[in-house]
Amino acid sequence: MTPAPGITLAGEARIAGQPLFAPLTLEVGAGVWTCLLGPSGVGKTTILRLIAGLETGADFTGTITASDGQPLAGRVALMAQSDLLLPWASALDNVSLGARLRGERRDRDRAMEMLERVGLEGLHARKPARLSGGQRQRVALARTLLEDRPVVLLDEPFSALDARTRSEMQDLAAELLAGRTVLLVTHDPAEAARLGRAIHVMGTGGLETVESLPPPHPRAVDDAELLMLQGRLLARLRQQHADAPGQDLP
Amino acid sequence: MRRASRIAAVVLTLLALWQGIVWLTGLPPFILPPPLQVAQTFWASRALIGEHALVTLTEIAIGFVIGAGLGAVTAIWLAFSASARLLLGPVLVFSQALPVFALAPILTLWLGYGLWSKIAMAVLIIYFPVTTNFLDGLMRTPAGYLDLARTMGASRPRVMFHLRIPAALPSLASGLKLAAVYAPIGAVIGEWVGSSQGLGYLMLLANGRAKTDLMFAAMLTLGVMSILIYLAADALARRVGRD
Repeated sequence: MTPAPGITLAGEARIAGQPLFAPLTLEVGAGVWTCLLGPSGVGKTTILRLIAGLETGADFTGTITASDGQPLAGRVALMAQSDLLLPWASALDNVSLGARLRGERRDRDRAMEMLERVGLEGLHARKPARLSGGQRQRVALARTLLEDRPVVLLDEPFSALDARTRSEMQDLAAELLAGRTVLLVTHDPAEAARLGRAIHVMGTGGLETVESLPPPHPRAVDDAELLMLQGRLLARLRQQHADAPGQDLP
Repeated sequence: MRRASRIAAVVLTLLALWQGIVWLTGLPPFILPPPLQVAQTFWASRALIGEHALVTLTEIAIGFVIGAGLGAVTAIWLAFSASARLLLGPVLVFSQALPVFALAPILTLWLGYGLWSKIAMAVLIIYFPVTTNFLDGLMRTPAGYLDLARTMGASRPRVMFHLRIPAALPSLASGLKLAAVYAPIGAVIGEWVGSSQGLGYLMLLANGRAKTDLMFAAMLTLGVMSILIYLAADALARRVGRD
């Protein structure tokens, strides 16, 4: 893996002439977790997709630059809320999908090692239908790790999981993605508080950088400071909503 | 087992109904032969019926393979190329708007009295449902897969081969099931228009000579054969479309 760059996105986006988000600047720190917190429909996912170089359906005017001046294409891995596992392929084949899609030789040993690292030893032959929701997200995480990209974009990857599994996945992802530049899009204040080295709250008014916890991350789930911050973040979201009601519709 | 007894019950009820109509109306056997007479004729003419059934089955099988193959290849080609979709889409619909029945005499004229005019009929009738069903599936690859492929740096042919085609196999499977239902229709129409072999030919022949019992025997053979072909295609579809 090449050194993880920081990312700066500056600009505005419109959908059919209507502003999706006003001019804003988002700094994603090099080699740390940055959380983008906010309700649905404010353009969080659009920002993530812009950085990933994917189709957004919005007109973006502005710039997206990496701190090392190199293009981002080919240096980004994506993990979404849906695990995006291929139902017809085994866990192992799913983990090594990238190599197959690029026509490269598959490194079976490394793929097995990744499955082991996410705690799925011995389940490599299983089809996704025979894995639990948490196990499926672990396969998706192993697939992301095998891609070995310096920038990892996470679009609410844990929000469909139950509370216990979610917190376990947060621990695992934080451990395994350490050292990479991670942008996590979430609507869950608890998740942002636990994982974010930097936290930005996104609302219709724009982007607002809020205080985050000093390292280490992630804190224990019952850490007092964590719970305080979580409460303050939720209060902030509620305040935003009170200021601009009716904006939480997608 | 329960399924088998349910099917047996349905068949027996229909036979009883048939016999009941014969008794109640007193229709002569050359209008409506009773089931037992049809069964006797079937047994007495089993070699004749078998010979003609084999011809029809061959037409259907070859037509199915060619039609499904052409349909699948066309679907993949159209999924690849937007301009091909734009150009060929209307042609495809028009080809289906034209009744295949109307084409049968021309095909016989062009391809002769033998097997190939019937195979061509089966191919024509199969091609459209396979193409449209498969193409539909190919155009509806979950967007998330395509996003993933893009960030992974995949090429278009590889995305087609490793993501879009496997994801569309259930749609191909439903196209194949439709094809199995249509294929016998194509073959038999071809035989009606002009042939010297096949169950369709045998039915016309028997009908012309007022051998209604033989016609019924041939017709029922065709029905059973069509059901078996459908079941085979269903089994194939399950294999193709399994997750």
